[in-house]
Amino acid sequence: MTDAPRLEFRHIGKSFPGVRALSDVGFSVRAGSVHGLLGENGAGKSTMMKILGGEYIPDEGEVAIDGRAMDFRKAADAIDAGVAVIHQELQYVPELSVMENLLLGRLPTRFGLVDRRRALAWTRERLDALGVDLDPRAKLKALSIGQRQMVEIVKAILRDAKILALDEPTSSLSHRETEVLFRLVRDLRAQGKAMIYISHRLDEIFELCDAATIFRDGRKVADFDTLEGVTRETLVQRMVGRDIGDIWGYRPREHGDIRLSVKNVSGRAVQQPVSFEVKAGEIVGFFGLVGAGRSEIMRVIYGADRRLTGDVAVDGQPVKPSQIRDAIRHGLVLCPEDRKEDGIIGVRSVSENINISARRNHLVAGLFVNDRVEAKTADGYIDRLRIRTPHRRQEIRLLSGGNQQKAVLSRWLAERDLRVLIVDEPTRGIDVGAKNEIYNVLYELAGRGVAVVMISSELPEVLGVSDRVIAMCRGRIVAQFSRDEANEANVLAAALPEGASATPTPAR
Amino acid sequence: MTESSAAAIGATRDTPATRRRALFWQVVDDYSLILIFIALFAVLSASVQYFFSWDNMVGLLLSVSQIGMVSCTMMFCLASRDFDLSVGSTVAFAGVFCAIVANATGSVAIGVAASLAAGALVGFVNGAVIAKLKINALITTLATMEIVRGLAFISSHGQAVGVSNEAFFTLGSASVLGLPVPVWVTLACFVVFGVLLNKTIYGRNTLAIGGNPDASRLAGVAVDRVRIAIFLIQGVIAALAGIILASRMTSGQPNAGEGFELNVISACVLGGVSLMGGRASISGVIVGVLIMGTVQNAMSLMNIDAFYQYLVRGTILLIAVLVDQLKNRRQAR
Ligand SMILES: Nc1ncnc2c1ncn2[C@@H]1O[C@H](COP(=O)(O)OP(=O)(O)OP(=O)(O)O)[C@@H](O)[C@H]1O
Ligand SMILES: [Mg+2]
Repeated sequence: MTDAPRLEFRHIGKSFPGVRALSDVGFSVRAGSVHGLLGENGAGKSTMMKILGGEYIPDEGEVAIDGRAMDFRKAADAIDAGVAVIHQELQYVPELSVMENLLLGRLPTRFGLVDRRRALAWTRERLDALGVDLDPRAKLKALSIGQRQMVEIVKAILRDAKILALDEPTSSLSHRETEVLFRLVRDLRAQGKAMIYISHRLDEIFELCDAATIFRDGRKVADFDTLEGVTRETLVQRMVGRDIGDIWGYRPREHGDIRLSVKNVSGRAVQQPVSFEVKAGEIVGFFGLVGAGRSEIMRVIYGADRRLTGDVAVDGQPVKPSQIRDAIRHGLVLCPEDRKEDGIIGVRSVSENINISARRNHLVAGLFVNDRVEAKTADGYIDRLRIRTPHRRQEIRLLSGGNQQKAVLSRWLAERDLRVLIVDEPTRGIDVGAKNEIYNVLYELAGRGVAVVMISSELPEVLGVSDRVIAMCRGRIVAQFSRDEANEANVLAAALPEGASATPTPAR
Repeated sequence: MTESSAAAIGATRDTPATRRRALFWQVVDDYSLILIFIALFAVLSASVQYFFSWDNMVGLLLSVSQIGMVSCTMMFCLASRDFDLSVGSTVAFAGVFCAIVANATGSVAIGVAASLAAGALVGFVNGAVIAKLKINALITTLATMEIVRGLAFISSHGQAVGVSNEAFFTLGSASVLGLPVPVWVTLACFVVFGVLLNKTIYGRNTLAIGGNPDASRLAGVAVDRVRIAIFLIQGVIAALAGIILASRMTSGQPNAGEGFELNVISACVLGGVSLMGGRASISGVIVGVLIMGTVQNAMSLMNIDAFYQYLVRGTILLIAVLVDQLKNRRQAR
């Protein structure tokens, strides 16, 4: 093809107060290809996608489609030009149904009232044609995060965009949903769409992408016209700017006495009682498919959801049911799965988000917040976990997704007497370099005698980090493996519902 | 240089021009309200007779003292993403109730104490219903607003309740170091609530709850308890304002404080307190209160018809909200 590329970014620059998010970045995407965009947390990937989507106006440079410079002033301009961007932080209307979300703004207004039956039939037909298993009448707030993501993707496809950008679409999808998504992306490529695909999972990049660009600190550091013959190590090296070596970096540890004991615990979402124990210094990985009940049981243990039966004890001392504050007093904490809803307090500063719980331990005169200590704590974690922010007073919502995650994790690392740390999908949306740092933090905590429970949907991560693996399926613990016994095959087999083959159950 | 400090610098790398521009906007954003107030004050001092005189200044402060006190607690309420419409009624009821109890017992102290306790009770009911029963704050306080106003009329039989005890009037009219007592009380509120907001767990948790209640709960904040405390304290301060108002008017009046809640909320919003929760500053609220008072005062001095004063107040509020919106939009782009 001698023609201009379908999509071209030319010398894009963008600054926010105190942050130069992009400087002089350019790359192009061919029609009928999937272009991977890689880079550490805060490298500027999402910012670029917001510029493409007309949400941010670049300070310098331009976006060109088919060789013609565009001047997007608002999101509608980009949509009109055939661009669909599925953002990392989803934008949807929780009270509306799948059908209404899909049809939002697409109904010809001259029909006046909506013909519900026809709309329903139409929606169902489209979903079926795309092979997406969703109830058109379900309210979005009743769906899993992954399902909500599917709705967004279907919405973009229905809009018949010629350029489609996916910003970390798989970070909360189940295996099956991911498969469906990949199939859709391949179909769209065959139809000649130009696509941008952002992910921190390199496997996916290799599986899906034809070409790739790497960002670092708001600049372009590498362009690959093809990924043929490119190694994983090369990509990581260019992204992070150093060699990481063994990403898991696992070191065996001594285990102490039983720290966390959970006996016959059940809650509304986990009917069958669950029991397990974790020793001091042990890292236990919980694997299961999305909807296996892992997050639900952990929320009950922590007290975020009501505990109906059973006992939880830390170092033999009972933790009161359904009382988060009692759990924290016992040094039992949970780092939640849904960062945006349950993790960050968006309009508050990074420092506030880190210090919100631990500050009670260093009050001045038992009453006043100790700003000096808090500043030191915040700066310490910003430095140690490389949280990319201009300063600790920045509102946390302005950080990139992965950096928000690191700040939420820091909140619990700052607890003085941490005994049991439950982390739910701790590396979701986190870049390879930072993943490695987070694993090191977990090892360090375990080394200090903390009992660590890690929920993850990424099997390699569970296998790579855990001393022991517990597999859950449909709200029950179905198998346990020591580190030596566990492998991809037996853990996955255990986590799959009986009767199911390699295709996991859909998310709840 | 270590990797991480290099990364931190990378994130802040900036050209001098953009940095200067960012700094300029930051200053404008941070001090816009104060600048507006100073400009307003200067213009009025130069153009309106008697405006810039000691007596008028004291009068101005006295006139905003009730709004000032309750703005402090309303700031907490709004910061936690809640709302309280019942303060105006509480002001009226507290004045009436204080007068009745003081007359019956012959003791001003008992009257004041009983009235403050009644205010606390109203606040507690608001807080408990909102936090525990999860009923919308707007609806809940709309209901208590009506109920408490009704109680004020019933207990006073619709009449102003005079107080025979002279001691009661000193509360509103006595002067200390050249300033009336209500002004001192208001200043004390600004200091106390300013410190509470910025320097204590209570204040920080209030802001956190306003920012994201679910995340706050999971971070170990006693969300229900904080919300109840916010409303309870607001009830007490509204009652205090009511007592002082009654003292200044020498009687408890059941129709006092009508529209008071809206003036208080206006002052807060003018002072940059976000109705979406999570953002508030005491300095903003102080300036908000002063702007409200100054405009009111100047309009009275200029003999502007009271009916028009409503228009002016509404317009100012609208402008303040628009400015805030523009500020946010620029920051988002
Ligand atoms: N509205 C904003 N105001 C201030 N800073 C911002 C804003 N949006 C993004 N930033 C900053 O710009 C930088 C780039 O952020 P961006 O979200 O593009 O990163 P990313 O590459 O998508 O990272 P991640 O992998 O974590 O999603 C970050 O340092 C971020 O804090
Ligand atoms: Mg991003």
